[in-house]
Amino acid sequence: MKLEGKVWKYGDNIDTDVIIPARYLVTTDPKTLAQHCMEDIDQGFAQSVQPGDIIVGGSNFGCGSSREHAPISIKGAGVSCIVAESFARIFFRNAINIGLPILESVEAARAAQKGDTLSIDLVAGTITNQRTGQTYQANPYPPFVLAIINAGGLVPYTRNVLGIKITG
Amino acid sequence: MSGRTFAEKALARAAGKPDARAGDILDVRPDLVFSHDNSAAIRRIFEQTGAPRVVRPERVAITLDHAVPAPTRQHAQNHAEIREWVQAQQIGAFFEVGRGICHQVISEEALVLPGETILGADSHSTHFGWLGAFGAGIGRSEMAALWATGELWLRVPEAIRITLRGRLAPGVTSKDLSLCILGRLGADGGLYQSIEFAGETLAALSLDERAVIPNMMAEAGAKNAYLPPDGAVFDYLEARRTRDYTPLYPDPDAEYVAEHTLDVSALEPQIALPDRPDQVVPLSRVIGQPVQQAFLGTCTNGRLEDLQAAAEVLRGQRVRCRLIVIPASAAVMLAASRAGIIDVLLEAGAAIGTPGCGPCMGNHMGIPAPSEVTISSANRNYRGRMGTPDAPVYLASPYVVAASAVRGAISDPREFLT
Repeated sequence: MKLEGKVWKYGDNIDTDVIIPARYLVTTDPKTLAQHCMEDIDQGFAQSVQPGDIIVGGSNFGCGSSREHAPISIKGAGVSCIVAESFARIFFRNAINIGLPILESVEAARAAQKGDTLSIDLVAGTITNQRTGQTYQANPYPPFVLAIINAGGLVPYTRNVLGIKITG
Repeated sequence: MSGRTFAEKALARAAGKPDARAGDILDVRPDLVFSHDNSAAIRRIFEQTGAPRVVRPERVAITLDHAVPAPTRQHAQNHAEIREWVQAQQIGAFFEVGRGICHQVISEEALVLPGETILGADSHSTHFGWLGAFGAGIGRSEMAALWATGELWLRVPEAIRITLRGRLAPGVTSKDLSLCILGRLGADGGLYQSIEFAGETLAALSLDERAVIPNMMAEAGAKNAYLPPDGAVFDYLEARRTRDYTPLYPDPDAEYVAEHTLDVSALEPQIALPDRPDQVVPLSRVIGQPVQQAFLGTCTNGRLEDLQAAAEVLRGQRVRCRLIVIPASAAVMLAASRAGIIDVLLEAGAAIGTPGCGPCMGNHMGIPAPSEVTISSANRNYRGRMGTPDAPVYLASPYVVAASAVRGAISDPREFLT
């Protein structure tokens, strides 16, 4: 699976309280959540983000509250992938579980600047910065995580585990 | 062959395996899973899995605590859907509005025991390390999958050992200790890891004080945290438990990725500056900073001893800024009432609210106005955490919160303690 998009660059320890503030958690609608995505740290994001854009963060992206709304709001905003130096553990799991691709690469994250275009090959785990021409190899997914990604997220994966066929 | 950490032993047990090592990925069968107001959303995800019923409803706990009593019609609707679901699925443990915060209530009811594994749809599920359980936070989809199958994959974390030496000085608490550790580790210093505590300091701490430490380690990115359970824990559980248990202890030759030793005897009160829980400095650096709101409560510091500590400072005083007190549970509130602590707080001018999470995450009951400064006994102060982006939040111990409420400015509580 290949992705390409413009970079929105953020720093270290981007927490879920700024990704989607708790005052909006009463809903789980991705479109509503997307309207408030990153609101408390970057007011222009929700209005200007384009489908396919890529968020690049520093270390510990998604720290704080376990709210699954955080990756849902990012995915709902049309973001195709997050690249970061590292992810907070619950955010990492949540993103995989709702089908939002995320990649860990210290070098790719540090080199990317706002407005750069990144090309990402999710199967190969490679990230190419079109401004510099540099290609980076992201950390590979553990096999269990790949199985969830291949199933399309945790809900369809669970359906498979239970042997429940989707009808209609 | 080297020994095993607590995390290796606990997850091997939860997976029904004889052994496990850091890095292994296991299908674990937790002894208890729990969620809160987010259970309405989890129910909707569960229904998408196609599973007909919750597989082990007797090992599921649900607590209404995050927005209680319901502040809006939409919150009320979520609560109603949860109540209906609990009935229909015969969920084993359900705690209504006002019973308290999930971590506190599950601890009071002894629904999880030493050596067991508990997974919660809440980031502060590290809390259960206070009694020597493996507690970790998970997401909503994962809780739905657990309801459907009873199992979830977990990677066995590497471990950090922190050995605590000495005794805390008067007026210095396990909150100050936890903030100090967070400041040193950083917000990602325990990322994906098991933080395992050791040392003689722990045995001298009350159970209320112990619970603060693993709770706060969530802010270092930890997967779980662990305190070795002792006789005080076993005594507490004895009258409450409904099943047997086997406590687990790390082997003396277990392998840790990092080991730290901290002598706590010279520790001063600490405070976390806005907007990061790991941005910690000695309290003395910010004495005199005006505050408009003081908040005492949460799963971190809303227990009986926390209210008692505030009362020690507030007895015979009058607050100069608003002080909001939210006990962590109804049991805490009742005990505080019987001990006369509620009287002292009210006489000092505190506003006391329904047990629950209160204003911790900006839902209701204490949202600061723009540019207002709050001092809080909570665990997290990210920008906008309490509902207003430009309203700075400082984190400190209940003593410091109470002393700051009296002066209307950040103050050293030791001036009030004799």
